[in-house]
Amino acid sequence: MPDDIKALSAQLAQDPASLVFLRLGELLRQRGQLDAAHRVALTGLERHPHLADAHDLYARVLADKRDYERAFDEWDMALRIAPGHLGALKGLAFLYFKVGDVAQARAHLEAALRAAPDDPSLVQAVTLVRGGQAAAAASELAKERTPPPPLTPAAAHAPLEESRVFAGLEGAQEGLLLLDASGRVLGGALRDPGGHDVSEPVAAYLAGVSQEAGRSAKLLGLGTWTGLSAEGRQGHVHLAQPTRDALLLVVRDRSVPMGRLAIIAQRAAQAAHRWLEQQA
Amino acid sequence: MSAGGLAGALDLVTRVRGVRGAMLVSAADGIVVADQLMEGIKGTAVAALAGSLAGRLGRAMSAAGVGDTLFWHLQCSGGALLVVPAASGILVVAVAEPEVNVGLARLELMRAAQAVG
Repeated sequence: MPDDIKALSAQLAQDPASLVFLRLGELLRQRGQLDAAHRVALTGLERHPHLADAHDLYARVLADKRDYERAFDEWDMALRIAPGHLGALKGLAFLYFKVGDVAQARAHLEAALRAAPDDPSLVQAVTLVRGGQAAAAASELAKERTPPPPLTPAAAHAPLEESRVFAGLEGAQEGLLLLDASGRVLGGALRDPGGHDVSEPVAAYLAGVSQEAGRSAKLLGLGTWTGLSAEGRQGHVHLAQPTRDALLLVVRDRSVPMGRLAIIAQRAAQAAHRWLEQQA
Repeated sequence: MSAGGLAGALDLVTRVRGVRGAMLVSAADGIVVADQLMEGIKGTAVAALAGSLAGRLGRAMSAAGVGDTLFWHLQCSGGALLVVPAASGILVVAVAEPEVNVGLARLELMRAAQAVG
């Protein structure tokens, strides 16, 4: 195996524009050399930004690194470039299972099966999910993913990380905050640009916002409020209500457009909703 | 600013398709300074709530390190509330239909805020 990596690396060095990076990146990923796989995939993607397979490879590496949000974006991009891309459909199904959206996972699995009707793992996964065995279907799909990389000191803390509300989401400990109606922090964390933890004061200031937003919407005959986004001089924020008694705050710098922030918030709200149900 | 000037600032906002009404609110006390609202909307109550929301949001954003609020958008199932704070402490508020062009409304709210000063 190492010889394969050496040989592929040599080929890529001789012809940096070749598509050999796809095999090399995948091999490195399978061996758990995620940082090296990440570099190879990203460099390849920069050279071949319109290649669906390059986005797929990068997404797989990101998923292995538990950066599910960016993995989602990359698989989504692969599908835009090549609708019916098998790897992207499977990858998105995997992520939808992970966030508990079985309907979307099933839709993507079925689309994948239409693209590859003879794929035994897909046949099995679709049969299971149609039979209401979503967890078993997710396991079937997960079998396709290579064994996890050897535990690094950071990865050794993964079980603890998974118990946290925003585990796996970008900015989980610096730009995502879950609070209750009275302004107490329930999960996540928020740091200001200087790196200071500002979770508690921000949560305190936001106490009651949910009720006021609801009353404003009602007085104006606008129905129920679904989100509140705000543009600041140095950053953007988005508020959502994962449950009636909780408020979710997402903060990002101004490089993240408001529309994208709403998507990030939607995913985080789903995670928060599940986590709150588990705590109940 | 004269009453005509305030009305002109509101005109900038209400001419955007999908905007049902607009008002200028004192951020400090939530009092309506001027309005062009459709009948049936309780302007004084909305102004008070908008002022309070703006205050909470502004303090939270400042504490989070994202600076002063330039624009905020309350999204609702049946429409939206769009707000831009002016330098003078006046909030320029628009009530909009769900299909409003938020980008355009934001630009006009900002122009109105500049006009208000």
